[in-house]
Amino acid sequence: MLSAEGLTYAFGPVRALDGISFRLEAGHTLAVFGPNGAGKTTLLRVLAGQLRPQRGRAEVRGGRAAIGWISHQSFLYGHLTVIENLRFWASLYGVKRAARDRRAAELLTRLGLVERADQPVAALSRGLAQRATIARALMHDPAVLLLDEPFTGLDLAAAAELRRLLAELVGAGRVAVITTHNVDEGLELATDIAFQHRGRFVQLAPRAGRDRAQVADAYRKAVGVSGA
Amino acid sequence: MLERLKLAWVVARKDLLLEFRTRTAILSAVVFTALVLTVFNFGRDPTAVPTIDLAPSILWVTFTFAAMLALNRAFALELENHALEGLLVSPLSRTSLYWGKLIANLLFVTIVEAVGLPLFVLFFDVPVWHVLLPLVGVIALATVGFVAVGTLFSAMVIRTRFAELMLPVLLLPFLIPPLVGAVQVTARLLAGRPIVEAMGWLKLLASYDIVFVTLSTLLFPHTVDE
Repeated sequence: MLSAEGLTYAFGPVRALDGISFRLEAGHTLAVFGPNGAGKTTLLRVLAGQLRPQRGRAEVRGGRAAIGWISHQSFLYGHLTVIENLRFWASLYGVKRAARDRRAAELLTRLGLVERADQPVAALSRGLAQRATIARALMHDPAVLLLDEPFTGLDLAAAAELRRLLAELVGAGRVAVITTHNVDEGLELATDIAFQHRGRFVQLAPRAGRDRAQVADAYRKAVGVSGA
Repeated sequence: MLERLKLAWVVARKDLLLEFRTRTAILSAVVFTALVLTVFNFGRDPTAVPTIDLAPSILWVTFTFAAMLALNRAFALELENHALEGLLVSPLSRTSLYWGKLIANLLFVTIVEAVGLPLFVLFFDVPVWHVLLPLVGVIALATVGFVAVGTLFSAMVIRTRFAELMLPVLLLPFLIPPLVGAVQVTARLLAGRPIVEAMGWLKLLASYDIVFVTLSTLLFPHTVDE
């Protein structure tokens, strides 16, 4: 469903990705842990098709239309309301009007944005804007979710709801890649775990029942810094 | 094709809605148009050069610079929250994105011209009513060409520093053919000459439109893709 083979990308002399390979099948979530500057965001940008890898290739079944991407940028227009933003982005992904309105209502409810639906995005707090970003990325019911630090700015309730939502989506056969520097955030959803450091996957393995302490310990050993 | 046009309209509608909400660019362009016409009105000596000789140039210089304001904002809208990146990773084709921006810019510039033309008549007392229809036709023909090129250059400069300065510097040389053509046809229309006299210029305007809408559509992906 999602595969990467020898992905390499450098910004000048800095190798952000250095031969990364993996393969994810339906119902799997890969949590990529790594310190700042490890190349996690670059990995997602390449998988999303924003950057063309200098070597290697990434393949997503279903192409661009199958990807839901939550990046550090919301892509939302501040002077449009939340609902207008959702309708606009859904239209670009070919979601028909009836399905669009149904999906928007569902996501706004799940993410606690119903009362904010008619507010301009510019008037939202950071946390609410992040919820709107999540709704925007999920409007077209993507088969592949690329999530770059998706919990940033969310309060505990919203973060818990996002975890539930993602668990449902992956349970229904989607694929997700979550990048984070915080072991606590991505672990709950992960079926597979990768530690990324200086552009490389220094470890890639199924979670296989490992608990938080075991993963944090493995992360510390692999990367050399704490992941909490 | 129909699907691409539908998506282009989605993009154009979004741009127009954003402009309707903020009204910054349209107001600036309209005020700019009024100010330029006022300056020309008070800055000329009607006893030295007859108004009818100056009017076509004044009209087109005003429209051209007012249009720059519209073209500058076309892709500046997409810098907010890096929306352009979102557009480029979405399944939206580059052609639909370009056409969407082109449609929005055309409507935007048309509004500015619709306000500018009556002001021009008011300030310069030029009799346009008997040639209004062909004049509107010429304005439309010239506008399509320069907005097509302007939309392309707007995308090209948006990631550069001083984009607002770069756009006129790059664009103005390309606007010389449609500008000369539009001035020539307008001059003949306002002087009451038969339209067949301007047929060569009209053909130039039409050819410019066809060539540059096609070329810009083909080149646009190369300006936005990294």
